[in-house]
Amino acid sequence: MRSILLVAFNTFREAVRDRVLYNLIVFALLLIGASFLVGQISIGIERQVLISLGLTAISLFGVVIAVFIGVGLVSKEIEKRTIYTVLTRPVRRWQFIVGKFFGLFGTLVVNTFFMAIGFFAALALQAHRLQWADGWLVVALWFIVLEFVIITALALLFSSFSTPLESAVFAFVLFIIGTFSEDLREFAQAAHGLTRIVASGAAYLVPNLAALNVVGRVAHDQALPPSLIFYNTIYAALYATAAVAAAVLIFERRDMK
Amino acid sequence: MPAIETIGLEKTYRLGFWRKTARQALRPLTLAVEEGEIFGYLGPNGAGKTTTLKLLMGLVFPTGGSARILGMELDDPRMRRQIGFLPEQPYFYDYLTAPELLNYYAQLSGLTGRDRKRRVEEMLARVGLAEAERMQLRKFSKGMLQRLGIAQAILHDPKLVFLDEPMSGLDPLGRREVRDLIQSLKDEGKTVFFSTHILSDAEALCDRVAVLCRGELRGVGVIAELEAKRTGRVEVVWRGLSALAEVRNLALECHASKNDTARATVTEGNLDAVLDVLRRGSAQIISAMPVRSTLEDYFIERLQADPQDEPGSTAASPDSDAPVREVAQ
Amino acid sequence: MLKKRGITVVAFAVLAVSLAASALIVHLVDRMSADTRLEDVLYLPSARVLKRVSLGYNTLVADLYWTRAVQYFGSKHHSRSSRYDLLYSLLDITTDLDPRLLVAYQFGSIFLAQSPPEGAGQPLLAAKLVEKGIRHDPENWKLYYNLGWILASEMKDYQAASKVFERGSKVPGANPAMGVLAATTAQHGGDVATARLMWTQIYETTENTAIRANAIKRLQALRVDTDIPQLEQSLKQFQEAIGRLPRSWAEMQATGWRGPTVDPLGSPYLIMPDGHVEVADPEEFPFITRGLPPGYKPPFTPDISPALAGNSQQNSQPQKP
Repeated sequence: MRSILLVAFNTFREAVRDRVLYNLIVFALLLIGASFLVGQISIGIERQVLISLGLTAISLFGVVIAVFIGVGLVSKEIEKRTIYTVLTRPVRRWQFIVGKFFGLFGTLVVNTFFMAIGFFAALALQAHRLQWADGWLVVALWFIVLEFVIITALALLFSSFSTPLESAVFAFVLFIIGTFSEDLREFAQAAHGLTRIVASGAAYLVPNLAALNVVGRVAHDQALPPSLIFYNTIYAALYATAAVAAAVLIFERRDMK
Repeated sequence: MPAIETIGLEKTYRLGFWRKTARQALRPLTLAVEEGEIFGYLGPNGAGKTTTLKLLMGLVFPTGGSARILGMELDDPRMRRQIGFLPEQPYFYDYLTAPELLNYYAQLSGLTGRDRKRRVEEMLARVGLAEAERMQLRKFSKGMLQRLGIAQAILHDPKLVFLDEPMSGLDPLGRREVRDLIQSLKDEGKTVFFSTHILSDAEALCDRVAVLCRGELRGVGVIAELEAKRTGRVEVVWRGLSALAEVRNLALECHASKNDTARATVTEGNLDAVLDVLRRGSAQIISAMPVRSTLEDYFIERLQADPQDEPGSTAASPDSDAPVREVAQ
Repeated sequence: MLKKRGITVVAFAVLAVSLAASALIVHLVDRMSADTRLEDVLYLPSARVLKRVSLGYNTLVADLYWTRAVQYFGSKHHSRSSRYDLLYSLLDITTDLDPRLLVAYQFGSIFLAQSPPEGAGQPLLAAKLVEKGIRHDPENWKLYYNLGWILASEMKDYQAASKVFERGSKVPGANPAMGVLAATTAQHGGDVATARLMWTQIYETTENTAIRANAIKRLQALRVDTDIPQLEQSLKQFQEAIGRLPRSWAEMQATGWRGPTVDPLGSPYLIMPDGHVEVADPEEFPFITRGLPPGYKPPFTPDISPALAGNSQQNSQPQKP
């Protein structure tokens, strides 16, 4: 157990010192600033625009960061052979993978925190105050974090067996498909025969990012049902667990060529 | 109990998209290394030395046979605590500093608290990296990385140290330092297993060596015994070149240098004749020494030997009376 | 290597259980209030912005919105809701992105115009949508059917409808029925025969299953609305002749009378004690105006939301062709 924490902390430390990370956060903050300005132009819906574009910016940049770091773990470490001297110590391979995951998760929470601060600052600036409805924005941000957790776990999974480039591509593709997972499920329901079976399988295997996307709703200050918060949190935990378990299975067997 | 023991350890890689092509990186290897030895693992590039090390380190998985280190399985964490590994051309986390890296590794290896801090400082000093304490590893030169690699390998005072090409990337001074280090490890009672393709290093350091070629063990030998073998040749060095031409006729080789000295290699049988020639020519004989066989001779001979011709096979061990040439199963 | 086997087993178990559980949750979340889920459907409410964001893949995004429009309507309908606030916006965006998506106009013309719960009850918006379609593709004669029907049936403006049909009949390749409708609508706009012709044409000019199913229901309703008065008339005649109502249609048939005794779905019409005729299952015939039990309310009450009311005030009169 201690090994897991050690790996996690080291992963966090290594990720946090990577300069590219800061660049991406800066970009996200710039985009939030831009949405603030755009909002000023569209009379009457400044708040909506700020929330829609701001949260979308955080979500997209966060996914880029998640994939970027997630792929950097394992994949880059194997390529650069950094991993040789770690794995030959009394750490089990599965502990290494699990530790990596938690380190990355910590990194993403910290990232989102900084981006969220920028976001709420812009919001307060626009409205000159914070209001109750802003509480739902926190939920939206939490869902975005859950999105990151899932994408990270997937990036880690792909890293355990493919090259950095392949892993990044796979993770992004799954992100996009996951956003449309609802449509995929509807399509599966309307299909017949073999298509239906294959589509259903895919539809439930693909991450359910559609349910985590509440930007439209919170932009209109609509309430979110508590059960949704509960289900989504559990879902993200389960999905990430599945992905990490799969990563462990693959990684335990992999030859470090 | 041997420190390292392999029985038929074998690795075949399956290549290609359909995994149809097989490449046998290591033919079944049966080998034993005793505690307290410095064991050299020799072979040309691509012989399978690194593959063997990776198999022993649990980085790749064998497709046949088995191995034990200190009597324990290869993935046993207890065993890992007692071994250290330096990979070829090591690379470490870009954004950490040397002390941070060593601390991290020390923690993973189970060292705690003040003991750990002390060891880290000691190691940094021992490999000469104390000055570069604050530098991030991405700025380290190849030589510095190599030294850091050695540091992390012996950080936790392991009983057994595995080094893959430890001299690579080092200048002559660095190589001397590493050689001294390995010697001091032996003096501390550790077992050292290192692979190299530089014979002079092995010759200077090792107790025993194994020769590997194209994935196959070609021979295991004790350095002392190898070098004790007589070649039946003598090297004569003298001053005064008047009898040079005559000596040249009798000798296998003969070189003269500017300052009026010369050396020649002659057979034992011809030695007396050559000495007579020199005395008659009023040459001043400086030395006449029997030429010992070198590791290089053994090495080349083993590389050219065809394993099909060799008789029998037994696992090598320094105690046995078995002949020097051994072949794997 | 036993440790390795142990890890493998545990990891496999964890993988299987968490995947299964996650699939279950997806299912649960899907089933949660369909309303909340669909409110999110208009992620970007502006077609202009969308066009930029689509990076040229307009038709693809249009297809996506079209799919959502259909699902939106379908799931609202199945959940017995009567609020279709987003339908117009969805179809509007769809047709902005792909102005030639015929089926979107056809779908919108019917399901925006029909009264709740069979539609959104927004005939003005429906007309606006179809007019947009005609503007972008004036040579497409099929759309004139839809516009004409809206004007005639839902807005009772027979003259305007007739003019639309006439314009349509002049489009090359138009179905001859269009000309017939132009004539009959002007004269007998509210006639069953006219309505029947319109709905048959609407059925013929699309392949969309929802529109066709709706058309069939309409035609069935027309049948029922024709049958019932005829049957009630026959019952009255029987009563005047015999002095009481017949106990069954067979009794009437025994007197040599012939008439439609079963509804379009095959169930017999019911003879009520007061001389009225009713259908066996009113829920099967959402559009009938006769043959309903007194005080019958459809299972879900229409809810004229402020949105609907506001829209019909804001929209100006459609241009008369």
